[in-house]
Amino acid sequence: MGDILGLIAKRLGLGLVILFVISIIIFFMVELLPGDIAQAVLGQGATEENVAALRKEMGLDKPAPVRYLEWLGGAVTFDFGNSIVTDEKVTTLIGERFKNTLFLASYAAVIAVPLAIILGIIVALLRNSIFDRVVNVATLTSISSPEFFLGYILILYFAVNWGMFPAISSLSEDMTMWELLNRTFLPALTLVLVVTAHMMRMTRAAIINLLASPYIEMARLKGAPPWKVIVKHALPNAWAPIINVVALNLAYLITGVVLVEVVFVYPGIGQALVDAVSKRDFPVVQACCLIFAGTFILLNLAADVGAILTNPRLRHPK
Amino acid sequence: MVKSNEVLLEIKDLQIQGFSEERWVDIIKGVDLTLHKGEVMGLIGESGAGKSTIGAAAMGYARDGTRISGGSIEFDGMELTTATEEEKRSLRGSRIAYVAQSAAASFNPAHKLIDQHTEAPLQYRLKKRTEAQEDAVELYRQLRLPNPEEIGFRYPHQVSGGQLQRAMTAMAMSCRPDLIIFDEPTTALDVTTQIEVLAAIRDIVDQYNTAAIYITHDLAVVAQMADTIKVLLKGEEVEEAETKEMLDNPKEDYTKSLWAVRSFKRSQKERPKDGVPLISVKNVDAAYTGGQKVLDDVSFDIYEGMTVAVVGESGSGKSTTARVITGLLPPMNGEVQFKGEALPPDYRNRTKDQLRQAQMIYQMADTALNPKVQISEIIGRPAQFYQGLRGSALKSRVDELLDMIELEPSHFYNRYPPELSGGQKQRIGIARALAAEPTFIICDEVTSALDQLVAEGILRLLDRLQKELNLAYMFITHDLATVRAIADEVVVMQHGKVVEQGPKEQMFTPPHHPYTDLLLSSVPEMDPDWLTTLLEERGVDNVGDAASAQIDTDASKVGGSKQGAQQESGG
Amino acid sequence: MNFFVIGYYALLLGASCLAAYMNRRAIFLLLFSLTLVSFILGIIGGVAALRAVTIAAGLLALAGMVAYGFREFLVQLSEGNVGRPLRESGGVFLIILLILAALAFASNSFDWGLAEIFVAIGVLLLIIVPLSPETAKELRRAPLTATFGLFVIFTYIVAGIFSSVIAPHGEAEVIASAFAPADDTMLLGADQLGRDIFSRLIYGTRNSVGLALAATVAAFILGAVAGLLAATKGGWFDQLMGRVADVIMSIPSLIFALLMLSIFGPSIPVIIGAVAIIYAPRVFRLTRAVAGNVVVMDYIEAAKLRGEGTWYLIRKEILPNSTAPLVAEFGLEFCFVFLLVAGLSFLGLGIQPPTADWGSMVRENATLISFGDITPLIPAAAIALLTVAVNFVVDWMLHRSSGLKE
Repeated sequence: MGDILGLIAKRLGLGLVILFVISIIIFFMVELLPGDIAQAVLGQGATEENVAALRKEMGLDKPAPVRYLEWLGGAVTFDFGNSIVTDEKVTTLIGERFKNTLFLASYAAVIAVPLAIILGIIVALLRNSIFDRVVNVATLTSISSPEFFLGYILILYFAVNWGMFPAISSLSEDMTMWELLNRTFLPALTLVLVVTAHMMRMTRAAIINLLASPYIEMARLKGAPPWKVIVKHALPNAWAPIINVVALNLAYLITGVVLVEVVFVYPGIGQALVDAVSKRDFPVVQACCLIFAGTFILLNLAADVGAILTNPRLRHPK
Repeated sequence: MVKSNEVLLEIKDLQIQGFSEERWVDIIKGVDLTLHKGEVMGLIGESGAGKSTIGAAAMGYARDGTRISGGSIEFDGMELTTATEEEKRSLRGSRIAYVAQSAAASFNPAHKLIDQHTEAPLQYRLKKRTEAQEDAVELYRQLRLPNPEEIGFRYPHQVSGGQLQRAMTAMAMSCRPDLIIFDEPTTALDVTTQIEVLAAIRDIVDQYNTAAIYITHDLAVVAQMADTIKVLLKGEEVEEAETKEMLDNPKEDYTKSLWAVRSFKRSQKERPKDGVPLISVKNVDAAYTGGQKVLDDVSFDIYEGMTVAVVGESGSGKSTTARVITGLLPPMNGEVQFKGEALPPDYRNRTKDQLRQAQMIYQMADTALNPKVQISEIIGRPAQFYQGLRGSALKSRVDELLDMIELEPSHFYNRYPPELSGGQKQRIGIARALAAEPTFIICDEVTSALDQLVAEGILRLLDRLQKELNLAYMFITHDLATVRAIADEVVVMQHGKVVEQGPKEQMFTPPHHPYTDLLLSSVPEMDPDWLTTLLEERGVDNVGDAASAQIDTDASKVGGSKQGAQQESGG
Repeated sequence: MNFFVIGYYALLLGASCLAAYMNRRAIFLLLFSLTLVSFILGIIGGVAALRAVTIAAGLLALAGMVAYGFREFLVQLSEGNVGRPLRESGGVFLIILLILAALAFASNSFDWGLAEIFVAIGVLLLIIVPLSPETAKELRRAPLTATFGLFVIFTYIVAGIFSSVIAPHGEAEVIASAFAPADDTMLLGADQLGRDIFSRLIYGTRNSVGLALAATVAAFILGAVAGLLAATKGGWFDQLMGRVADVIMSIPSLIFALLMLSIFGPSIPVIIGAVAIIYAPRVFRLTRAVAGNVVVMDYIEAAKLRGEGTWYLIRKEILPNSTAPLVAEFGLEFCFVFLLVAGLSFLGLGIQPPTADWGSMVRENATLISFGDITPLIPAAAIALLTVAVNFVVDWMLHRSSGLKE
């Protein structure tokens, strides 16, 4: 068991290092601005005194490494400073939105993950049949469509033409769970369509790869019935690839969510990021980027740890 | 051996098709096979002959991408081609069992050996779990596995290759089937390990009077195992006969060519009395980055115009020695000298002329030639690179080289490697080495991927070239027949050490170093009684891994002294 | 029940019976399950749903026929071995291409109005090069989806090169009132500023696809060169590049792009640069893996031991043996980049107005969707169609190079 703990510890350490490097990239990229933040905020017309005053106020007179450490120290306690545009605390600006985004992503994941894995396994078992080919074309089409295309098509049919779901996902405090699920159904469905297609293709590839192993043929030649081949011989070895597929696609959800939130005017962190980018509100941009990157790294980390934990060779060392 | 006349398996006019390039092509074109109860039949042929496919078909099984398209397979009165999937499945594991080539890949990594062993008996409700486990231990004991009581409770990756192969044979035996298909069970093993697996398989098949189909490409192995032999070529039967009859009196030309013992022999050359060795490996230690030492104090000399064969099993360090000589792997200690002068350890620091002197010919001609480059350029490039030949001078040099390797220049000049046969590719590899005008060539298992007759042609060619161009060869091989044919001197390696070296005659006459002895005796011979005789002579505990483990402890002592003596006489 | 419905079911059932009779199991299954699905659709959606199915089936059949025809066309050309003189001319061909490029550039700067012609000749020559009897053999076995993809790509190339000839109105020309409906001069109506949507759609081909293509090429050159060098050189360079790729790939691509755009502002060079940095690591990994498989071959060892330099190894030994997967990877990367750039421009961070661009066209006219108008979705569909087409071709190439391992 020591082996396994060592490997996991190593992987966790690597994740931390990468997160650290990324925080450096995110922070110092802003330093690459022509001029500096104060200049960028006030624009060309600002007088020297005004710029200098703002610099002082934002603490820009300190050297960059010191500011980085301060920023990092704040980030660890979820304090990302104040927005340049509204002067509100960044945490209050994006805190609630982050929760909303997490809700939307989990909504989509809860539907997509089981659906995609089951369909992926079915398609793998029926490989090279006509059903497989049709599904192949359908999933390829789905992953080739931009998220906003799928989103607007859903709006056009489900909201405008048939009036089954609202086109805009405005949220309020006093909604019942049912209302909430109903209002966020279309954005969730958009994400489900994209992610399911990806996940199905990857599950199919992983399972087919597995079914080609000599030990599966051996199980068949030992006279094991088909269900037993799958349940007893394929599944225990399939966890690692499946966990990988799921984590990879949840990570993909994170990016997809940005565009979907904009399409459905959903009050999430992606929407906030896009607004901040166009207003050049750097503290908010930095905070959002760090949160997205952190989640992404966490998911990849979970996938690798899962793969280590389910690997029989590592669980039973020599 | 009790052999009845009762037919167990009867295959008639079997036809199997494979799916390739979007259409079905015939891979088995009408093969008949009759197997009696308790009979062992050897299926033999080159790769692509369809041996494995027939083996699977005997269980009514068609691999993915193949289909049984005609003929009949009758097992003990049951027609398998028309049987339902359910009926066929009830035979598998219980009455017909299968032993695969790679036991390491064919055991499920997620389950313990004994759980996989007892799967079939439990499923067919032949035994209770504890009974089945006791039976497994008993079979492990009969197959001479170490620690039979507890080895089954390990996972596949915790057990060595030779032991896994025996565990798989035990698993096949778990329901005491009437028929076992052995699909190249020892091909992936070393010769010393192979022998104990062979012995174990033979004993157990004899003991339970199980019929077997033994698939292999190794004639000497099949001669030990089978009662009858069937020779296949490209999905068709060439001939079938009793083993003795087949060995003594083959009828078809193709069979004769397989059986042909190497007729090629050449006289052994002596070292020049006083001369500097062309290549001298001096006290070399080497390791791959971060790994264990793979070469330990290796020293030997190669003189001009002579052939030194380096023999040993996989992992003995023979190929690593070649990498040290060519400079691909700089040694940790020691050096390689060329005509008395030390070569820079890393090939990147060697001069063009130093690089030119030592060339290599590879085992797999497929990976040794760039498939996207024309033959003329493959051969021409070294001539252009080292001698600066261009235009018509280059063309005439390429023609000359193609002549030298006995290929018609105009016919091969513009072709690409994938269009050539294995033997032709190997010849192109030789021509590329010659184009550099070297004095020394390393031949890394150059004949082991080729058929007998083709291999002999290559050996003759190499010998002729040696005489004409006064080349020195370092011949890396595990095939002792090749060594007998072509070597002047022999170096035996084990676990990265040279255990014995000397002139060929001396090496092939006793007394041997114990490891050389083991190695020499473990190579199967074309005599059907070879295994029986050997086991009688040495005893079952004195072959294979057990024997090699015994040697290990005193190897350095004996090897060291003999090697020292050799060096004194040489220097 | 009207004649349409009766005919519909009669045709479907007849066709499935015919398929069953001819022993075409797959086709039968497909047709018969369509029949069953039609029952349900007919009950829920009535005749309209069945009509929709018919139209979809008709479109599919049309696409199939186009693909079939295009495949035959390409096969005929390949059999004729039209590409042979170009392949054998070697350097001359390169010089011709360079001259054409120079002419196109000059034509563009001096306003001769011939730039399109020169570019078209150049592209045509490039397309012809791979046409050989071997290609014909491959094409004959190609699935219809792949040739359909090739046909779509071909159409986009034509539309891209000749946009100024095809488009009836100027790119930023205001010719009507805002959101004016379609009429004789405007095929698809006007956008929010009164510009012709059809013309902007055509111009968008050049801008959107061109930008994505340029960005992909940049990412590909960066990643492939690094990957090839890492594979041949190995050692610390390989390690370092691997780590850098790890770090960049652990930031989600869209987020990284947004970060860079927020700092440097949305402009074409910034977009190309950002995309190159984001996607180069993916190309690097693949190239490294592909070249890594080639580097272990004995012929590479032979060349190294001969004393050949790195450049010779890459050019002569490694590249010719990794073209197939690299070309497929280029297609795949193009899809990713194209979707990313489209996403950015949809967010208003792509090519800036008034230049026509598909992503921003969707955003600008999105309000029309709430009136049930599908016009704003046409640019999005154009994006999806090209991506699907490229994916179909890539799918075929990957399948071909992997052989039939399944």
